[in-house]
Amino acid sequence: MAATYGYFPGCSLKGTGAAYEESLLTLFRLLDLSLQELKDWNCCGATSYMSIDENSAFGLSARNLGIAHEAGHRDLVTPCSACYLVLRKTQDYAAKYPQIAKSIEGSPAAAALDAVKIRHPMELLYNDVGMARIKSKMVRKWKGGPVACYYGCQLVRPFAEADRAHDPTRMDELLRAVGVPTVDWALKTKCCGGSLTGTIHEVGVRLNYILLKEAARKGAKAIVTICPLCQYNLDAYQAEIRKETGEAFDMPVLYFTQILGWALGGDAKSLGLGRAISGCGSIKEWFPKRTQEVEVHA
Amino acid sequence: MKKLKAFWLSSDMRRKMKFQREADLQWAQQVAERPGCEGLFSCLQCGTCSGTCPLSIYMDFGPRKIISLVREGFREEALSSQTIWLCASCYSCAVHCPRQIHITDVMYSLKREAIQQKLYPKRFPIPVLAQEFYKMVRRYGRSSEFWLVLRMALRTNPFQLLTMSGTGWQLMRTGRLRLGQDKIENVKELQSQMAGREVR
Amino acid sequence: MLKANGDIRIGVYVCHCGTNIAAVVDVKALAAYSATLPNVVVSREYKYLCSDPGQDMIKQDILDLKLNRVVVASCSPHLHEQTFRNALASGDLNPFFLQMVNIREQDSWVTTDKPAATQKAQDLVRAAARRVAFNESLERGRIPINPAVMVVGGGIAGIHAALTLANAGKKVYLVEREPTIGGHMAQFDKTFPTLDCAACILTPKMSSVKNHKNITLWTYSEVTRVDGYVGNYKVKVKRLPRYVQEDLCSGCLECLKSCVFKEAKVPDEFNMGLAKRKPIYIPFPQAVPLVPVIDPETCIQFKSGKCKKTCIEACGDRHAINLQMLETTEEVEVGNIILATGFKAFDAKRTPDYGYGLYPNVYTALEVERLVNASGPTGGEVVLRDGRTPQTVGIVHCVGSRDENTNRWCSRVCCMYSLKLAHLIKEHTGAEVFNFYIDMRTPGKGFEEFYQKLLNERVHFVRGRVAEVTDWAMDPSEENKLVIRVEDTLAGLVRRIPVDMVVLSTGLEPQADAEQVRRMFNITCASGGFFLERHPKLAPVSTFTDGVFLAGCCQGPKDIPDTVAQAGAAAAEALALIDAGFVLTEPNAAYVLEEVCSGCKTCVPMCPFSAVEFLLEEKKARVNPAMCKGCGTCVAACPSGSIHQHLFEDQQIFEEIEGILTNA
Repeated sequence: MAATYGYFPGCSLKGTGAAYEESLLTLFRLLDLSLQELKDWNCCGATSYMSIDENSAFGLSARNLGIAHEAGHRDLVTPCSACYLVLRKTQDYAAKYPQIAKSIEGSPAAAALDAVKIRHPMELLYNDVGMARIKSKMVRKWKGGPVACYYGCQLVRPFAEADRAHDPTRMDELLRAVGVPTVDWALKTKCCGGSLTGTIHEVGVRLNYILLKEAARKGAKAIVTICPLCQYNLDAYQAEIRKETGEAFDMPVLYFTQILGWALGGDAKSLGLGRAISGCGSIKEWFPKRTQEVEVHA
Repeated sequence: MKKLKAFWLSSDMRRKMKFQREADLQWAQQVAERPGCEGLFSCLQCGTCSGTCPLSIYMDFGPRKIISLVREGFREEALSSQTIWLCASCYSCAVHCPRQIHITDVMYSLKREAIQQKLYPKRFPIPVLAQEFYKMVRRYGRSSEFWLVLRMALRTNPFQLLTMSGTGWQLMRTGRLRLGQDKIENVKELQSQMAGREVR
Repeated sequence: MLKANGDIRIGVYVCHCGTNIAAVVDVKALAAYSATLPNVVVSREYKYLCSDPGQDMIKQDILDLKLNRVVVASCSPHLHEQTFRNALASGDLNPFFLQMVNIREQDSWVTTDKPAATQKAQDLVRAAARRVAFNESLERGRIPINPAVMVVGGGIAGIHAALTLANAGKKVYLVEREPTIGGHMAQFDKTFPTLDCAACILTPKMSSVKNHKNITLWTYSEVTRVDGYVGNYKVKVKRLPRYVQEDLCSGCLECLKSCVFKEAKVPDEFNMGLAKRKPIYIPFPQAVPLVPVIDPETCIQFKSGKCKKTCIEACGDRHAINLQMLETTEEVEVGNIILATGFKAFDAKRTPDYGYGLYPNVYTALEVERLVNASGPTGGEVVLRDGRTPQTVGIVHCVGSRDENTNRWCSRVCCMYSLKLAHLIKEHTGAEVFNFYIDMRTPGKGFEEFYQKLLNERVHFVRGRVAEVTDWAMDPSEENKLVIRVEDTLAGLVRRIPVDMVVLSTGLEPQADAEQVRRMFNITCASGGFFLERHPKLAPVSTFTDGVFLAGCCQGPKDIPDTVAQAGAAAAEALALIDAGFVLTEPNAAYVLEEVCSGCKTCVPMCPFSAVEFLLEEKKARVNPAMCKGCGTCVAACPSGSIHQHLFEDQQIFEEIEGILTNA
């Protein structure tokens, strides 16, 4: 476990995913882990760059890996699934395909390919911190209903390193460690549509409708995510879905860092809990502004 | 008579024969040589990819048929399809494929080629978004969700901005809408790195 | 040291091989050149030396011209070395005074450059003429064959092989790991395509095995060690204790009835865990031998020592139950071994997308075989774990087959058994049945007709490999069902089909311990893990180890007709050896000059055929000519050069090298 981890926020965490960054930083602080944001990092390119030009797509990641390496980081924490995938893919493809390796040759990134390990906070908490430590720092009981853990696509596919590709459970385990009941459901890794909600809107919204509906059908009162785009998609269109289908889900879509952060004593503001668009009523109830710290370990 | 008339109008009776002289097998071979596209010719056409793809029900072809078109050399059909653009890169197909074909990479390589050959409908939002994203990051080193959506909407369907305004307001209210455009310091360094590698 | 012994008289024969050689190599020039070589008495060229006139020509020359060495320049020795050796033998010349030169596969067939080809042929013949002077007269030894045979595995393959051999009057030891013979076939209900009852056609054979005076049946036993070589194997067999003595038990089964467990609690292996058995049990009613087994893992007496032992009481005067029984070891000598160890069904938990183990109403094919079987856990009623009768059933083909993520191969039988199960399920329940397939593989006799029959029974056939089985419901018609999402590739539609029951057509794999077993018998496994046959087309039941044969699914997935055919073939191969009475050793075996051997033991572990033994008293290595295949590894490895090889002595090789390099 490192004292300081390198941190690559990605563009979303500075915008629509602000709550993710806030809760991540708060949670890590509560766990005595420090994150150092990469200096002058650039956008990872997400799926768009790969659709235009392959070499420059890898080049974007190469620059970021180079920055991480030069700053002496052995681990780079990447909360956004798309950034995570793109960075991992760069490492993987540069190792497999000489023509891609060639395009990175000579830059500081070439050394970074093996030297920097891409970490997702969910997997980091599971592997480096461990359930026991998280449990020991717990100070609050969960007041909310059962949740559906939603892992999305790019964290577990195609690299099933952060968790299994089929029926992943690490987020479930982390949440259950702090007393949050999770539901079993078949759509843990079913695509939310990604940027489709912005381009072919109806199709994108429908994919999220499917997720919300099944989570509710399985008895979940909230969905917990690990990716800023998934969170946004599930959060932002519930009112529209209600207009279209008549089904009011009113379901909070939270980041796992918010829930863990709360269990460990963080306050609502520093966990970005006020930034939710849907399910605000439940959020107010489950994460009251004034709380009594409940000592869990007497 | 009325019903019959409607039938004639709604069915597409264009001649749809494909002649073998239209097939470009050299192109097929060339696609198979791109990074990630190796397994192209070992496809069984089992349909697992289309079966698991969350978007296949909206696609004109679906991943399975695209693979079939590509390896038989039907370049134009494959590159001008909407299938390749609807692909959300969720990698379900690649992970389930019993031949371990990296279908997602095939899709990406077709997207790139379609952009280069300008074989997509002019106002189709997805390739437009990709291009705006590309230009923005090239210029500033960072992307701005707000400006991206704005630019894309202006280029494809400005009326979309009206329907999006509700969401826009919600994002603003919760402090999630950043109007500014971030910039990195070393833009020049990034650009020169990109210049050296670009294929365009 | 070898010497060119005495007066060397060489005959050189150049074959045209029609135009195969003659079109490229100038055979006349070659024959003329060969005549000029030292010690060559006669040099001829002929159109087809392998023909009868060709061979007669050689034979006549040997007799007339008193030849004592022969060089034949023709095709590969793989084809006709034996032919020409026979020709020498017919001329009363030791066959190993032959040296073959390959001027076809290694010359005329690999170039179109005629001068170069002729030159090469000349070089090769020159080298051969020098070498052959140093060839020695060799004899092939005879290894006697013990007429007894061991058959390992008591499924239909092992049973058929054992009966064939026993009926031919040979002694057979049939060793089976489970408490009964019968194998997987005993679990099936009906067999395709005739829908014969599996048990009805199997049990008479099982009975014959039990009653045959030539078969010694050891069940609940395993082979633990194999020593020796073809014709002379020593095999150790471990016999696990049943705690019931076979020779005293009468098969009345009173002990089962009287067991203190009034209700069975142990998952029943034979019924794939769908039923329960008691700690004292027989696998199924027609088990052979019909002698119960006590499972020490679950029997109260073994676990705690505190049982009323009602079983012993029920046995009464027969005193067949003996809880102090120990494991015993048998050691037998046999001449041949037939491996018929069968297959393992693919573990469907390895394809989690199909929900096996997660959703209770997902079954494997073997489980469904037990459900439809009248003597199975539900008396032949196809009911789900919650007691409901399914109204819609989905059968998923290719689970664990044709898949880079699990097993690459096609398991050959699943399409047919999927059709069979579709028929049986529809017959038993009237349900709507869907088969989801990639290809329909129905090549055998009556198979295509069976497929047609199923089509006419209105079973749905959807060509598409199932992407997922899920409990995700999109509307009320899908609630409480398992939804199969698949692309119907032929109709070009992505479909969601809700079913009550999912049947996974799991593939066939090698047994879990195939790797250990193959080492014990000194054979090899192919890349899939199945035992490797000597030649996929021409020697499908032999292995690279003489005297060890394969039968059934241990060699690769196959159905019952092919298994029985293969078992018969393996028995025939063994019978051929037994009736011949002996095998000849290879002439090119290695041998140790014991006076030079320093006892360093470098050679012993190097031998891939375990043919080199170390004599502890003399402290010398010795090569067993019966097991030696003449690969030359030990010869090259020996630091003191004390291992030589017949037919490949150093002097012979040096002469050949010098012959190539020196221009005459």
